Amino acid sequence: MQNRKKIRVLIAKPGLDSHDRGAKIIARALRDAGMEVIYTGLKQTPEQIVETALQEDVDVIGLSILSGAHKTLFPIIIDLLKQKGLTDVLVVAGGIIPEEDIPGMKKLGIKEIFGPGTRTDKIVQFVFENVPKRT
Amino acid sequence: MPKIQEIARGVLAGDRRSIARAITTIEDNTAEAQELIASIFPRTGNAHVIGLTGPPGSGKSTLIDKIIREYRQRGKTVGVIAVDPTSPFTGGAFLGDRIRMQELSTDQGVFIRSMATRSYLGGIAKATKNAAKVLDAAGKDIVIVETVGAGQSEVEIIKVAQTTVVIFAPGLGDEIQAIKAGIMEIADIFVVNKADRANANKAVMDIQAMLQLNNKEKMWKPPVLKTTALTGEGVPQLIEKIGEHRLFLEKRLERKRSGEKAEAELVEAIKEKVASSIIEELKREGKLEEFLQKILEKKMDPASIAEKLLNKKFGKQV
Ligand code: B12
Ligand SMILES: Nc1nc2c(ncn2[C@@H]2O[C@H](COP(=O)(O)OP(=O)(O)O)[C@@H](O)[C@H]2O)c(=O)[nH]1
Ligand SMILES: [Mg+2]
Repeated sequence: MQNRKKIRVLIAKPGLDSHDRGAKIIARALRDAGMEVIYTGLKQTPEQIVETALQEDVDVIGLSILSGAHKTLFPIIIDLLKQKGLTDVLVVAGGIIPEEDIPGMKKLGIKEIFGPGTRTDKIVQFVFENVPKRT
Repeated sequence: MPKIQEIARGVLAGDRRSIARAITTIEDNTAEAQELIASIFPRTGNAHVIGLTGPPGSGKSTLIDKIIREYRQRGKTVGVIAVDPTSPFTGGAFLGDRIRMQELSTDQGVFIRSMATRSYLGGIAKATKNAAKVLDAAGKDIVIVETVGAGQSEVEIIKVAQTTVVIFAPGLGDEIQAIKAGIMEIADIFVVNKADRANANKAVMDIQAMLQLNNKEKMWKPPVLKTTALTGEGVPQLIEKIGEHRLFLEKRLERKRSGEKAEAELVEAIKEKVASSIIEELKREGKLEEFLQKILEKKMDPASIAEKLLNKKFGKQV
C-alpha cells in the first residue's frame, strides 16, 4: 500500500482549563506545514478525545494541557487508546507539565512533551520524523 | 493496516474503526479504493443523504448538532461528513466543524468525520460521495454532509445528497444576492438560521419573494423555514420537511418505475398484436411459406422481411 497522502492530526484539550492559545498555535503551525488538523475545542473528556481520534483516523494526537491535570488524564487517554486498538498513533503533548512529571508521562507512551517557549518548527519537524508509517 | 476485504466486512458490520479506515482509503485514493467501493456498494441505498450548504458562519455545524440530536431522539443513527477547505498554498487544512458537535462524539449511534477538500472544487471533496456510501453501507439511517460554505459554484452537493438544505442567516451581508446567483436552484429546503436575530423575518420574506418568481411549475416547492440552532428551535419542523421531501422523492421514483413498467407492458402488447396480425395475414394469403423458404435459403434475412412487411402494412414511415 502506498503511503498516506496527508498526515492527519488531532489537537485536543483534555480537562477543564481554557488556556487554548498554545493549542491553536500548534494547530496552525501543523496546518501550515501541510497537515490536516482536527481541532476539538475545549474541555474534552478522555472518551471524547479517543473516539474522535478513532472516527477521524488520525496519525497523530496532540494533547495540550495547562491545568496540571495531566497526571490523572493522560493515563486514562493512553489506556482508552489501547482498548480501542489505536496503538499505532503518535501521541505528543505540550503546555505546563513540570520537569519531574515528564519521565512518567513518556513511560506511559507519550512520545515527546513540549513546554512553554518551544519553537513551532521544532514541533513540526518532530511530527514529520516520528509519524508512524502505515503499511 | 488490515486487508481491504477485512475493512469492507468491518464496514458492513458497522465497526467504527473499519468505517474510519475505509474513508481514509477512499480519501487517499489508494489502489484498493475501487475494490473497497465495489464490495460495499451492494449494501448502499438505505440511508437518506442530506446536504447542508450556506455561507460560512450561517450556523451549519451548530444546526447539524441539533439535527443529529433530533434524529437520535427518533431512534435513527446518523453519519456526518463535514468538509472544510484545503489551503491552496500549503496543502494543509484546519478542520473545525466538529467542535460544535463534540458532545455527540461518544454516542455509538453517531459517526462524525471531518474532511478537507484537497483542492477539489464545488464545495465538497472528491471523496465525499463515496465516504457517504461507506456510512450508508455501515447502516447509518441518515447521512449529513456539510459543505465548505456556499459560494456560487458550490453545487456539487446535489450529486451526493438526496435532499439539499440551503441555510443562511441574517446579518452576514447581502447573502441573499449570493444565493440568487447559483444556490437558488439546488435548494429543496431553505432555512433562515439565527431566527433569534431581529431581521430573520425579512430574510424569510426575501427568499419567498424570489421563490415565487422562480418555482412556478415545480412539483416540489421548496419551503422556507426558520431555526435557532443555538437552542434547537425549529429543528423538529425541519426534520418533518426533510421527511416530506424524502416521501416526495420516493413517490416520484415509484411513479417513474410504474411508468417504465407500464411502458414495457405496452411494448409487449404491441409486439404481440402486430406480429400475430401480420402472420395471420400472411397465412390467409398463403405467403408465409414463401418468406420462410427465403430465410432458410438465406436469400433474405428476417429483419429485412420484417421491415418489408411492416412497410406494406403501415406505409413507408415505419
Ligand atoms: C495567558 C494565560 C491565561 C489566559 C488564557 C487565555 C487563553 N485563551 O489561552 C487567562 C487570563 C484566561 C488565564 C486564566 C487562568 N490561568 Co493562566 N496563564 C496564562 C499564561 C500567562 C500564558 C499561557 C499562554 O497562553 N502561553 C502562550 C502559549 C503559546 O504557550 P503554551 O500554551 O505554553 O504553548 C506552548 C508550549 O507549551 C507548547 N504546547 C502547548 N500545547 C501544546 C500541544 C501540543 C500537541 C504540542 C506539541 C505542544 C504544545 O507549544 C506552545 C508553543 O511553544 C500562563 C503562564 C505561562 N507562562 O505559561 C498562565 C497559567 C497557565 N495560568 C494559570 C492559572 C492558574 C490560571 C487560572 C486558574 C488563574 C485563576 N486563578 O483564575 C485561570 C484559569 C482559567 C481557565 N478557565 O482555565 C497557571 C497554571 C498553573 C498550573 N498548571 O499549575 C499558569 C501556569 C500561571 C502560573 N504560573 O501560575 N491564563
Ligand atoms: N445568535 C445565533 N448564533 C448562532 C446560531 N447558530 C449558530 N450561531 C453561531 O454562529 C457562529 C457560526 O456557527 P457555525 O455552526 O460554526 O457556522 P458554519 O460556519 O455555517 O458551520 C457560531 O458562533 C455559532 O455559535 C443561532 O441560531 N443564533
Ligand atoms: Mg461549519
